Parts: sequence; structure tokens; C-alpha cells
Amino acid sequence: MKEFLVRVLVEPKPELLDPQGQAVERALAELGLSAQGTRVGKYITLRVKALSAQQARARVDEVARKFLANPVIERYSLELEEL
Amino acid sequence: MRAAVVVFPGSTCDHDTYYVLKELLGVETDLVWYRETHLDPYSLIVLPGGFSYGDYLRAGAIARFAPLVQALPEYVERGRGIVLGICNGFQILTEARLLPGALTKNLSQRFLCKTVKVRIENNATALTRLFQLGEIVELPIAHGEGRYVASAETLESLKRDRQIVLRYEGENPNGSLEQIAGICDKTGTVFGMMPHPERNSEKLFGSGDGVRFFQSVLSSL
Repeated sequence: MKEFLVRVLVEPKPELLDPQGQAVERALAELGLSAQGTRVGKYITLRVKALSAQQARARVDEVARKFLANPVIERYSLELEEL
Repeated sequence: MRAAVVVFPGSTCDHDTYYVLKELLGVETDLVWYRETHLDPYSLIVLPGGFSYGDYLRAGAIARFAPLVQALPEYVERGRGIVLGICNGFQILTEARLLPGALTKNLSQRFLCKTVKVRIENNATALTRLFQLGEIVELPIAHGEGRYVASAETLESLKRDRQIVLRYEGENPNGSLEQIAGICDKTGTVFGMMPHPERNSEKLFGSGDGVRFFQSVLSSL
């Protein structure tokens, strides 16, 4: 068994208006940074044991699709690191 | 005729809803713990407002995996009765995919607690049959994640199948797609609404019109 650190990045779908991102972007402008496309999402880290990176990814992908992200409003990506 | 008001960890409107059903309308009503899966005794199941599981991750995202919610698809499939989700209950039903679309953060980024006007968009449903089509009712809202969103295809099918039951009238408080405040599923037995009818069910709290949603449901059973 190997252990993996998985980082799940969840963000609002590109077509969804993200008021949180807009508010942050306005504040960034106040701070002197003119930024575009600011989006605020979620960052979830977890550790799982699995036989392979592929298996770890598949298992986390399943719960990400079902639970960690809502596909109606969000998209997600996974990053894996073997510990 | 027996009604269930579901109690999740973090439900806050369960007792108000129980009061309306039991005390105002005289319906045999049980407060049912979220671990219950035997739903056959009930012809009406209300998922009340509140903050189940502290709204962690997304409002309703964790409650949808509660044993009782997991038992709902079979209840609906067998046509056992009506399911009504109010506010957090609506969020749970969309997370559970028993209702299409999703409820996300209000455009204003603020928690809204106020009275709004709601238009009866379809009165040929169990929830609204005692209202006039186009009737405007005042109801309280209290939510941070009430902006209804759905894909273009979902919106199209909601319209085609007359599943849009309530719309905000005038002001769109949370930025919901097409002012949508309440919908039903294709079977017409699962309802979700963001406004709180139980909080305006007596004249003491306003027009008292909220009680008519419960009366509608009860009269259709």
C-alpha cells in the first residue's frame, strides 16, 4: 500500500457568475493590482492509501464528482503526490 | 394522513413547520430524525429550513447523504407522497439531484433576511392549487445561498414541463436565474422553494398566506 496526498481544487464553472471573485477583484484593484478573471474556489487536501497512483486518483475522482464538487456549478481538478 | 418534518443536525425551522402542520392545521405530524429510513407512514415529508451540517462544503451537500435523504428516491419513485424542501430543504433536494439545478451564493454575497414578493407561476401543482395563477404573495426569505442556477437545457426542460412554480416578483433578491424561487420535479411530487411559508402562516406574522401552501399540499393528498 502506498500513501498519497491528494489536492482537490474546486472552482466555479467558467460560465457561472462568481460574485465572490468579482468582489476580490475589485479589492485587488484598490490594492493596485489590475487583475482579470478572478475566481474564488475551494482547496481540499486529503491523504488516501491505495495500491497505485491510478487507483488513488480513481477513488478520489469518484467522490469529487459525487460530493466534493457539484457539477451543476463547479468543476474540479486533482493533484496527486506520493508520500 | 401523516406528515414528517425531518430534523437534521442544524435544522432550525423544523419546529415552526411542525407547529403549522400540527397546531394550525391539525395534521398528525412527527419530527423525524435524519437517520430514519422507514418513510411509508408519511404522505408528506418536509425538509425544513436551517443549516444542516453547518452548510459545510455547500449548503445541503452533506445532508444529501443522510440515510433519510438516501431513502427519498425510492419514496418518490413509488409515488408514496409529496416531498417539500423549504430553503435548506430545497438546497438538499438539488444536491440529491431530486430537483434539477443548484442553489449557490447570493449575487450580493450577503445573507438575506427579508420579506419578498413571490408570484404563483403555475397553480396546477400540489403546492399551489389553492392560489390563483399569477397571484402575488409576500413571503420571508432567509438565506445566503439562494441563487438558483441551471444549464440552458435544464431551464428549457423546466419551462417545457411547467416545473417553474414560483418566481420572485419585482426585485430579484438573490440573482436567481429567471427569478426562479420554487420548482417541482417531473413527477410533480417533489417541490423546492427558497421562501419560508411556515414563517408567514398566521396573520400575526404578515398576510398569513404561507399557510395556503401547506393547505394546498394537504388538499391534494
